[in-house]
Amino acid sequence: MSHFFLYITAALYAIATVIYTAYLFTRKDGTVIVARNIFLAAFASHTVTFISRWFEAGRTPATSLHESLTFFSWLVALLYVAILLKYKQKALGAFVTPFVLFLLITASFLPREIIPLPPVLESFWLPVHVALAFLGNAFFAVAFFLGIMYVIQERYLKSRKLRGLYFVLPSLDMIDELNYKCLQYGFALLTIVIITGAVWSEHALGSFWLWRPRQIWSLITWFLYAALLHGRITSGWRGKKAAILSGVAFIVLLGSFILINLVAGGAHGLSR
Amino acid sequence: MNIVIVGLNYKTAPVEIREKLSFPAQYIEEPLKRLISNYGLNEGVILSTCNRVEVLGITPDMEKGVWQIKRFLSDYHNIALETLDEHLYDRAGEDAVKHLLRVAAGLDSMIMGEPQILGQVKDSYGYAVEYNTAGVVVNKLYHKVFQVSKRIRTETKIGQAAVSISFAAVELAKKIFGDLKGKTVMLVGAGEMAELAARHLMGSGVKELLVANRTYEKAVEFVKSFCGTAIMFREYQHYLKNADIVIASTGASTFIIKPEQIKDAMKERKFKPMFFIDISVPRNIDPLVNEIDNAYVYDIDDLQGVVAANLDERKSEAVSAEKIIDEEIEKFYRWSKSLDVVPTIIALRQYCDEIRKAEVAKATQSLAGLSEKDKKVLDAMTSSIVNKILHNPIVHLKKDSSKVEGDLYIDTVRKIFELEARTEALNKANGDKD
Repeated sequence: MSHFFLYITAALYAIATVIYTAYLFTRKDGTVIVARNIFLAAFASHTVTFISRWFEAGRTPATSLHESLTFFSWLVALLYVAILLKYKQKALGAFVTPFVLFLLITASFLPREIIPLPPVLESFWLPVHVALAFLGNAFFAVAFFLGIMYVIQERYLKSRKLRGLYFVLPSLDMIDELNYKCLQYGFALLTIVIITGAVWSEHALGSFWLWRPRQIWSLITWFLYAALLHGRITSGWRGKKAAILSGVAFIVLLGSFILINLVAGGAHGLSR
Repeated sequence: MNIVIVGLNYKTAPVEIREKLSFPAQYIEEPLKRLISNYGLNEGVILSTCNRVEVLGITPDMEKGVWQIKRFLSDYHNIALETLDEHLYDRAGEDAVKHLLRVAAGLDSMIMGEPQILGQVKDSYGYAVEYNTAGVVVNKLYHKVFQVSKRIRTETKIGQAAVSISFAAVELAKKIFGDLKGKTVMLVGAGEMAELAARHLMGSGVKELLVANRTYEKAVEFVKSFCGTAIMFREYQHYLKNADIVIASTGASTFIIKPEQIKDAMKERKFKPMFFIDISVPRNIDPLVNEIDNAYVYDIDDLQGVVAANLDERKSEAVSAEKIIDEEIEKFYRWSKSLDVVPTIIALRQYCDEIRKAEVAKATQSLAGLSEKDKKVLDAMTSSIVNKILHNPIVHLKKDSSKVEGDLYIDTVRKIFELEARTEALNKANGDKD
């Protein structure tokens, strides 16, 4: 069931990506509305995929890398839907959709069997911890794309040659504000996740802090984002500087996630 | 009924000719009335702007209508038709409707998509209504025009990108700051161009206006109309940190706003973006300011470049606008063609005769034993009743069809007798014959 929907979802995201790309070139309002509607259809199908996988596995589907990427990409899409509802930012979709598609395609090439959950992970904390962690990362991912948008728009305005994407991208202020909000939410979630992770670790493994790679990298990204937010508040690291730094921080985050999962196997190496 | 337009515009006539042909708004009544009374048009509208003069008329005969309007223009302005003719263009029927729609949408304007023309078209229609030269066709036509123009404004981006320097500046400001509410503008030098830009910015919700001018009195005078604050020219540097938008237009021959000042101001304002507009020649703002993070400097040439880019963007939108016009034209033209008097009269006669025949047949059936002669009498009597009843309406339809209200009568008769389907069939039959 979930496999079938996974293909439909990926196909819809692919179509949406193509139309979003066409929009960036033609800049027709009609085109972006079609793209958005297909994106929303893809998101609905994505939701079905996720829920059916949940039933098939009988637990939160976020232990193998395949499941994690499907879940994470769903949260990124969900976040974009929320931004769309609140801020009506259509152009952002052209950046987020290909990313979601990329995550899903990667997920579809990874082994999909349902791995039995190791007993240490069987807990009320699993869905909470995992959902909050991925949601936090989704905020950072969206902040990353907003950063890219900012850098592009800033270049147009600095170069004083206005064409192409200048006409579709929102104002610098709007992008900067959204970027800041995403960082704030992402950081708050990351903080909660590190604390709940420690509590759970104490509960299941008897110690708050085990110096596992996952924990170390979480702490590193936490410090990175903390520094970024601190700079923003106290010394006016805004605009381009903030956009680039949020990009770097996200690349570190993504890199650590992939590395740890490939080296240690899913679920922080606890499933082995 | 036929719609014809005769006119000239910036493409076909130089300004020397255009100004001679213009109709000032305060004297529009007389030419409008003359157009109807002396030149055999049923309805008429005169559009006169600095870039075009166009006369629209509703006429029973296309060719004659065009000729009459040309004569009117020549007579009224006292210019020989031979000199005038080479500058005039004429459009009739569907082409005339299309032309009017394109004009109103700004597609025929010197600056593609400019919005003023729609207001001018609205005014020209307003005069025609006021002085009673607008009848049912003009009413319907202009309502169609306003509806289509609105559709074009909402469905395409033709009117969106700014095509004047001061509007371009406002738009750039919006791309940097998003909302201009709560922002502060500082003018360094209070020239005419600066005033225009300030006016547009204030119109977009800017909170505060600071004006520094070498003659302080002039700055004071300037802020009166804006409720801004005048500051001493030698002190403007201290206010830089408060200004989100700085417009420089002094007569100074060197750069007066330098990178060091802005670096300091930036630190104080925690690197909130600053937008510099330099409309002075020679320039007053050092272009190196643009190298500072979150500072954007545009001089007059840059703004002109922005305007050129916006114009290109508009041209691509024009294609979509033309498509909308083509769609809408067909609907309107079908209606206006039905307003011919002859098919309406034929249809009306047909309608009454059908009723008469049906009733006669019923009567003959119940009156058993009628002779052939009786039947003929019955037939003749009913026919003459119908003819007598219809006589006056038909005479009026024919006689008034060349007056302003003529089309209104036709339209009314067609509605109350429900002749739409019949006339359409008749028109179709005629069309097939052509």
